[in-house]
Amino acid sequence: MGFFKDSNLITDPLADNNPITIQVLGICSALAITAELEASIVMSVAVLFVLGVGNVVISLMRNIIPSKIRIIVQLIVVATLVIIVDLVLKAFAYELSKTLSVFVGLIITNCIIMGRFEAFALANGPWKSFLDGIGNSLGYAVILVIVGFFRELLGSGTLLGNPVLGDPIEKTGVYAYGYENNGFMLLAPMALITVGLIIWVQRSRNTALIED
Amino acid sequence: MEKRTDKNSYTILFAIIMVLIVGSILAFLATALKPKIDVNKQLEKQQNILYALGVNDNDEKSVAFISTDKVAEEFNKYIVKQLVIQGKDVRVDNKAYLIDIKKEQASAKISSYERQLPLFLGVKENKVSYIVPIRGKGLWDAIWGYVAMDKNMTVTGVFFDHKGETPGLGANINQRFFMDDFIGENLLDPSGKFAGIDISKSNADPVNVDKIDNEVDAIAGATITGDGVAAMIRSELKVYSSYFINLKNN
Repeated sequence: MGFFKDSNLITDPLADNNPITIQVLGICSALAITAELEASIVMSVAVLFVLGVGNVVISLMRNIIPSKIRIIVQLIVVATLVIIVDLVLKAFAYELSKTLSVFVGLIITNCIIMGRFEAFALANGPWKSFLDGIGNSLGYAVILVIVGFFRELLGSGTLLGNPVLGDPIEKTGVYAYGYENNGFMLLAPMALITVGLIIWVQRSRNTALIED
Repeated sequence: MEKRTDKNSYTILFAIIMVLIVGSILAFLATALKPKIDVNKQLEKQQNILYALGVNDNDEKSVAFISTDKVAEEFNKYIVKQLVIQGKDVRVDNKAYLIDIKKEQASAKISSYERQLPLFLGVKENKVSYIVPIRGKGLWDAIWGYVAMDKNMTVTGVFFDHKGETPGLGANINQRFFMDDFIGENLLDPSGKFAGIDISKSNADPVNVDKIDNEVDAIAGATITGDGVAAMIRSELKVYSSYFINLKNN
């Protein structure tokens, strides 16, 4: 029933309606935290949680939210959710909360969250909104992981912190043949260029996505 | 017809009720969880101090603290003395590790108040280390840490942490490849004057062989965080340098 009928809510944002490459939301965090694959994954999981729950909450409130102050209400809902999670983690899983604490500010200001509240949850029921939240955060995650993968591999020669290309100081692996890490990959401009390349590849494969 | 939810009176009422509900949920949670969070923070401080002393569960690459259930016991075992330096006065205070560095820095700025400087004496493998808490500013938010040194102000271990530096870049100041570089560096220049340690982009010494240059390698893409670490080390350890000079002369 419901799930199969609405499964496009999950699959569309993965490619043809991707929040980063098509809707151009969440660019700031995609640039900021993709220097390492691990940070990309942590951020994706955090957004998955907040957007999934937040979309449901906003959807349940959609008929009582006054339209004049709806943006502020959305902001309060996101901020409250994130702070509650942060407080509970600090009390019961302190180590985990330290890993996540740097992401808290980035989640609250992530425009994907506000964008989906505004564009979807305010007009649809809770179950659909939940699927939309999950779908969009997965679409976000796909791009973050791709960008993080290339930036960490080419910039630091590691993946998830493991040296996969050999040791640049001891000159083992590919470094023995004169390969060097490209430090420029670690800086924000290369994240933008990487996202740009993904957009280019995606639109040349599916020309229907090109806007006039 | 105007919708019910478009009315000004409804909007104001909604805003008031929403703020009241959200405010009381957050206030309730924050108060209820505070004792637990405070305990966690105290244990973390003890873990950080022990880490700088070299008492940790590290393997080759990772950063691993002594587990929280053992840390209080280990802290009492390794940290033999906690001192507070205030002006010319030095006193023993077993709660010195709880002194709030942020508050001390702030009150030292605005009045003739003499700042309380905590100092921990740790003994590991019969070597005495002096551990000092430091605090400063990174790119986005606060950074802090603990520096362990011997009486000649040669660093024997450091621990850095941060509140919100950029993940993958500045946030890496709490990784081994950065922190371990400080071990063996001297805070004094060869003539014996306080110099601090610079985070250098042109050091060309990635494994830090040169220990007397007062420099360690910077992290690519984290210039401002690195400068913040250098500034924090310089300003926060300088205030202790007179204590160490006295120590050497006696």
